[in-house]
Amino acid sequence: MNSQEQTAPLLEVRNLSKHFGAVRALNDFSMVVRPGEVVALAGDNGAGKTTLIKAISGVFQPTGGEILLRGQPVSFSTPQEAREKGIETIYQDLALADNLSIGANIFLGREPMRKAFGFLPVLDRKAMAVAAKQTMGRLDFHVSRLDAPVSNFSGGQRQAVAIGRAVYWDAQILIMDEPTAALGVPEQRKVISLIHQLKAQGRGVIFISHNLQDIFAVSDRIVVLRRGVQAGERKISETNHDEVVKLMVGG
Amino acid sequence: MTSTSSSGGTHVAPQADHGDPARTWIARIADGRAWLFLAGLIICFEVWSRLAFGATFVLNPFNVQSIAIFAVAPLLLATGQTFVIISGGIDLSLGFIMGLAAVVAAHATNMAGAAIPLPLAMLAGILAAVIVAGVPGVINGLLISRLRIPPFIGTLGMFGVARGAAYLLAGGTTVPVQNSWFALLGNGKFHGVPYLVMITAVFVVVMHYILSQTRFGQHNYAIGANVQAASRAGIDIKGHILRLYVLSAMCAGLGGALYAARFTAGAAQAGEPLLLDSVAAVVIGGASLFGGSGTIFGTVAGALVIAVIQYGLVFVNVEPFWQFIAVGLVIIISVLIDQAQRRFSGARQDE
Ligand SMILES: Nc1ncnc2c1ncn2[C@@H]1O[C@H](COP(=O)(O)OP(=O)(O)OP(=O)(O)O)[C@@H](O)[C@H]1O
Ligand SMILES: [Mg+2]
Repeated sequence: MNSQEQTAPLLEVRNLSKHFGAVRALNDFSMVVRPGEVVALAGDNGAGKTTLIKAISGVFQPTGGEILLRGQPVSFSTPQEAREKGIETIYQDLALADNLSIGANIFLGREPMRKAFGFLPVLDRKAMAVAAKQTMGRLDFHVSRLDAPVSNFSGGQRQAVAIGRAVYWDAQILIMDEPTAALGVPEQRKVISLIHQLKAQGRGVIFISHNLQDIFAVSDRIVVLRRGVQAGERKISETNHDEVVKLMVGG
Repeated sequence: MTSTSSSGGTHVAPQADHGDPARTWIARIADGRAWLFLAGLIICFEVWSRLAFGATFVLNPFNVQSIAIFAVAPLLLATGQTFVIISGGIDLSLGFIMGLAAVVAAHATNMAGAAIPLPLAMLAGILAAVIVAGVPGVINGLLISRLRIPPFIGTLGMFGVARGAAYLLAGGTTVPVQNSWFALLGNGKFHGVPYLVMITAVFVVVMHYILSQTRFGQHNYAIGANVQAASRAGIDIKGHILRLYVLSAMCAGLGGALYAARFTAGAAQAGEPLLLDSVAAVVIGGASLFGGSGTIFGTVAGALVIAVIQYGLVFVNVEPFWQFIAVGLVIIISVLIDQAQRRFSGARQDE
């Protein structure tokens, strides 16, 4: 995709390093993400994928290197700061409050209020439910029980709620750490199709997976990490499973 | 007319949820179980009372008043406890914080009464009790949020500290209050409704508002279900936990002040037997001790269930020790209903 290579990168990581004492979890790593592009991160267990996205999303302070957002250097001391700049991270677990509705989860920590009887501030549950319905509709999930706690929904549906939250708050970069792990095949498909929609909406996606089939189904490029260093970068259209596996295990 | 047995036709996006659109009747029963218990108990005592003495139980206004008065102090502790339990914690220090507050209310009312008019002295006493009660609440909150001490242990420590402080402050005895206004507050009525019950009712409505309609309440539920999710959503967990334990301690503070008004004396042991009743009221009211669920009105029903059992058994002349057994059974049945409801309603079950 030549047109894409010319667009300015949304996110650029330059020579990023993260050391835990003597462990060099990430070393001199560079990559870019452009608007409407899905970049897969692959690598063996312990290769440094999670460390990389935590360094990008403000969970860890990088030991060295820089992060540029639309060309501007940024540094986040908390995930909250990264989120305010439009970088949303979606974790497989631990992302939702199970006892709350979809709307309440989308608005968790930023709940809209209204005035009851003209003076009493109360949670605006109706606004939350309406936004939930619209957002989930945009992701082609049509939910009838907007007041049900999300514990009633399946793994893929819950993943969709987490993605819906990022979409509602207009995240421009979505980072997903193994979003399809622990999902059944139909649910994996659903998440993959969600990622296609995010791409169509012009957002940038960083997608971590151990499943090469998923990676080939959804990504534009693949970046392979091996023991904290970039072992290679390929366009999906110009590579195959064998080559990627070789990059991962090294040769 | 479209055929119902169509094999082709237009594509319809699948429903994203597979739960029942209507809530099942068992879920409704489980939600309102505390109120059903209450109704059942009242009917039992009514029948018993009519058969044994040929007198009414619940239609006797004196009985209703007594039960309501009886429920005031445990309910005040239980409202604070409801917030704490929903957040996934527990506050064991509430009983002695209430005792401490009762002693402070008595001393402060007496001292202020020497300098300012009695009604103002009464208000000063109540205020002092609530503020002093906030101090152990701050310490609980800091221990749990900053030093990461488990709530059970942190508040157990504060249980001892508040207990000792209360007895020291009371000089080992009860502290009588010399203030006619304070006594009136504790024992007076308006159109047959005791002032204590009115104050408690208003307080409970305010707490219901805070829990169900504010961000503080919403975050409390989220933290109880999943602290990590709440923290990732940007909620200030430490600040929340601190405010939470101050709130519950201040509920106990109000309970102590109203105790001092009712008995026109402050006593360190005022809340000692009420701590476990407060936890029981929350659980009977439908909250889970694992956090994440519960309501204030459920807790109100729970507190009334306990008060009706305690008062009713005395009324029908049963040995008082049966109270413990009856309350214990209600707690167990209540938790069983909760589990049954989870199993049948299609909600996610524990493994
Ligand atoms: N908080 C930490 N403190 C110390 N070392 C860490 C920490 N987090 C990760 N590491 C180390 O960094 C290296 C990379 O770990 P990381 O979790 O990034 O791997 P990963 O590629 O996400 O692996 P997986 O596929 O298993 O999720 C590992 O050697 C790990 O032990
Ligand atoms: Mg990982």
